[in-house]
Amino acid sequence: MKQAELLERLKLSGFKRALWVYHLNTGGCNGCDIEVLAALTPRYDVERFGIKLVGSPRHADVLLVTGAVTRPMYERVKRIYAQTPDPKVVIAVGGCASTSGVFYDSYNILGPVDNVIPVDVYVPGCPPRPEAIIDGVVKAVVKLERLLEGKGG
Amino acid sequence: MSGLNALWQAILVLVGGGAIGFLYKGLDRKLAARLQGRIGPPLRQPVLDVVKLLLKENVVPRTAVPWLFQAAPFLAFVAAVTALLYLPVGPLSPVLHGYGDLVLVLYLLAIPALAMALGGLASGSPYAVVGAQREIVMMMSYEFPLAIAAVGIAWRLSTLGIGPSFSLATIAANPLWGSVGPLGWIGLSLLFAALLAVTPAELSKIPFDIPEAETEIAGGLLVEYSGVNLALFYLADVIKTLVIAGLVVALFIPYGIAAPLGIAGIGGKILDILFFLVKLFVVIFVAVTVIRVSFARLKVDQVARFYLLPTTLISLAGLLLLVLDKVVMGG
Repeated sequence: MKQAELLERLKLSGFKRALWVYHLNTGGCNGCDIEVLAALTPRYDVERFGIKLVGSPRHADVLLVTGAVTRPMYERVKRIYAQTPDPKVVIAVGGCASTSGVFYDSYNILGPVDNVIPVDVYVPGCPPRPEAIIDGVVKAVVKLERLLEGKGG
Repeated sequence: MSGLNALWQAILVLVGGGAIGFLYKGLDRKLAARLQGRIGPPLRQPVLDVVKLLLKENVVPRTAVPWLFQAAPFLAFVAAVTALLYLPVGPLSPVLHGYGDLVLVLYLLAIPALAMALGGLASGSPYAVVGAQREIVMMMSYEFPLAIAAVGIAWRLSTLGIGPSFSLATIAANPLWGSVGPLGWIGLSLLFAALLAVTPAELSKIPFDIPEAETEIAGGLLVEYSGVNLALFYLADVIKTLVIAGLVVALFIPYGIAAPLGIAGIGGKILDILFFLVKLFVVIFVAVTVIRVSFARLKVDQVARFYLLPTTLISLAGLLLLVLDKVVMGG
């Protein structure tokens, strides 16, 4: 039993401390994206938590989505979600991604991100501070733990 | 050497090499972060990364050639691990001593890069194809100075009547610095510089990470890889870092400290192995970490030009000086 426990802890620590994040802009104004990049700077340094920004959704554990979903992005968002290997978590960063924000009911968008793909963590703010984004990514770990235990979402 | 003995040694080298490789990868990331004024990930970060990758889904894209796509990571990993077995560890001979020499190690070092290019081409992603082309361009540029550095040393050893001069154990046991004249010293220094310049490209590290270039071609060669396959490429990179650093140490700084300090026996051996690990670390720190944080990524043509012109010329000049040294010293 002890061995199984140890394995379980290793699994969890792997996900807790080695989240790779793919950053996807579905039609945002670039404000949130700048804040996401700010989290990489020496001031906030997300790498100390093992969080790494990766260039391909295939490498990602976390999809960091910014902006309300515009029509041209609809197919792409769904495809990028499908391309991310399981277990995965989606975080909606910013007011637009969470609720459409100032673009609420606008004719040229399809609504917030959770109209298109399931979202696990919402980070409100316009734009949210880097601390809030880091907090959102760390909260995503809880969801991943549940996925790993095989209990679904 | 009996077969069983070799097997035990091989297991020891592989387990130890894996542990040291992870430690150095962690140190590399930590020190790079410190150089950039960040706190940086914990030392065990590479282990956590690999554990996590092993738990992820392993996706084979529909556009890929499945068997080639799956085979490439194994090929890269196995080649890197095999090359590790041909390296002299400090005072100890390589595990597979007598079954292959320097030339084989150079080829084994080329295989992971080729396997990555193959896997990239087989993955059916345009980003990976661009990455594969860049990898091949870069290989064609840096292999020549690398080969000159290796061959120059082996040739000078053979002119001194030391053989088999291509065997890594022989090269490591007979440092050239003491047996050449002043011209040879300059020549060896130039070859050393050329080999250090080749090291980051061999490992696809910034400023020569054009085949992967995350912000530009989305991970390039590795763009479609996930889960176990990505973990194998990660491990291959960890081991390959050790191999290339070990090659630099064996070719140019194979000195031990036990003999000058007058410590003999098993204690001296252990001291020399520890000193070997320190030398490996210094090479990795200088040729990978410091360069990685000091420069931005070069363009494809700049990388090719850097290796085809200055580096090749420096290594050729080094070889020429070694030849002149032989003429002056009279062999």
